[in-house]
Amino acid sequence: MHAIALDSKYGVPTVAIHTNAFEKAVQSVTRMHGMPEARYTFVPQPVMGKTAEQLRAYVEGKSPISGRPVMQEVIEGLTRPAEGDRIKESKFERSTPRMVDSDSDDNLHRLFLENNWTDKLPIVLPTEKRVAEMLARTSRKPDEVAGHMRSNQFRQYWEFTVEKVAINAVMAGARPEYFPVILALASSGVSARGSTTSSMAAMVVVNGPIRNEIAMNSGTGAMAPYNYANATIGRAYGLLSQNLQGGSLPGDSYMGSQGNGYAYGTMTFAENEERSPWVPFHVQHGFKPTDSSVSIFTGCRSTAFTLGVREKYWREHVRSMLRGMDAHSAPTFVLDPIAARQFIDRGGFDTKEKLIQWVYENALMPAGEYWDYQLIQNYIYPRATFGEEPYASKLKAAPDEMIRMFKPDEIHVVVVGGETNGYWRIMGCNYQKTVSVDEWR
Amino acid sequence: MANEVQGSERAGVEGDKKVTVMNPAGYPPQITPKPMAPRLDSLDGKTVYLVDPRFDDSGLFLRQVQNWFADHMPSVKTNLVEMSSVYTKDDPKTWEMIKANGDGAIIGVGH
Repeated sequence: MHAIALDSKYGVPTVAIHTNAFEKAVQSVTRMHGMPEARYTFVPQPVMGKTAEQLRAYVEGKSPISGRPVMQEVIEGLTRPAEGDRIKESKFERSTPRMVDSDSDDNLHRLFLENNWTDKLPIVLPTEKRVAEMLARTSRKPDEVAGHMRSNQFRQYWEFTVEKVAINAVMAGARPEYFPVILALASSGVSARGSTTSSMAAMVVVNGPIRNEIAMNSGTGAMAPYNYANATIGRAYGLLSQNLQGGSLPGDSYMGSQGNGYAYGTMTFAENEERSPWVPFHVQHGFKPTDSSVSIFTGCRSTAFTLGVREKYWREHVRSMLRGMDAHSAPTFVLDPIAARQFIDRGGFDTKEKLIQWVYENALMPAGEYWDYQLIQNYIYPRATFGEEPYASKLKAAPDEMIRMFKPDEIHVVVVGGETNGYWRIMGCNYQKTVSVDEWR
Repeated sequence: MANEVQGSERAGVEGDKKVTVMNPAGYPPQITPKPMAPRLDSLDGKTVYLVDPRFDDSGLFLRQVQNWFADHMPSVKTNLVEMSSVYTKDDPKTWEMIKANGDGAIIGVGH
């Protein structure tokens, strides 16, 4: 995308070099950004970790896509005039039909599958009757724009209406009374099908009266597939994300190398406010206890877990768990109420903020080790070298100096679980925002 | 559970009977064609910026591109520059600098 901007906006002839795993994604992005003739070539994947000799061989070699010499394509890309042929093939105005052509049940299920409109599990076909029943549970008009979404920052936003959200909610099997929660998730603009090579998933925490109104589970098995509301709201969030942002197709609009099982249900659960010793998550973020809300986390990949908070070595145990986390994704402590109370007993953390402060001060790593992580190199190091704090100060540390891995405002605490035991976990993820459900009733 | 599959609906969609359902896809943005910059007559004597997005050892790769020009097209002046921040952010300051001082650019490898 930077090459497109430099070429079209600044008038500098530009060629982009990509790895061959991104062929379809590059074609899609250049087309959607209005420059289907953008100049690019490909080298083999990966570049990361290769020696200078291996990289020189890439440069001297041929594009694994076209079979032509890489540098020949680079030079031609800078010198060969535009032909306009690919522009003629592009469609510059498109619309999405409201209905799908009538067909048999089996054929429609097949069509939805082939169009990549599903999560590869059976769906409920969105008939007008079912969609109307969903729409009846919000005061918003069907044709009202509910939001915009895209799979990553290199893609353009797609737009969707309340009706489009309802269609996806029906497909997920959600009950109409869940619809305000699903609308709130859609309106966030945060995709549960973000496209990163890191295969991230999203997590949703529901707070406030809506939890009990729609019988969500915050107790035993809340994060597992044992509650209809938790399961179908999470699934609806995933389906609407992929369908309303323009797709989530591996190799094209989804580049997660390994994929992520968390993405099936989008880890959706209610916080156990009744058994938590602390204030609810949404109250920490400016809402009243009587408000209903959804809080969205993305980047969910790494997980650490343990049982209890031991009297003698709990500090060491927690520090070890934190050191084992991905240094780029901050920790969210997901605590069974038993574990939450143990943290109070052991550490005196009578507020979530006190526990967060302790985590901030104890998540430490030698500076040399920290800066050598590839994710830190990709996303933090560039910001540090240009003076952004606190990264710039960390960069001054000696390689063996212990530095803090995270910022306090990146660390979060949520209470969930049925107290069958004091298990708890740390999710490596990034809090995005908390959205009102009440505004979508 | 009004939206769950009704018995009559399920029966009605079996066999050859056709049903009508709604399209779940959102609305794509209108695509506005962007002009390409005029291409160069040749690279001889020109200044080409090699832009490192600072992603997955991209700088090490561009160093080899720079070496290739030195070996095969020494009349081309290459300047290897890093983007000002992470590759996900726009970098107008760098783009303006290249526009003012360069004739062309190569960006890579950013996926």
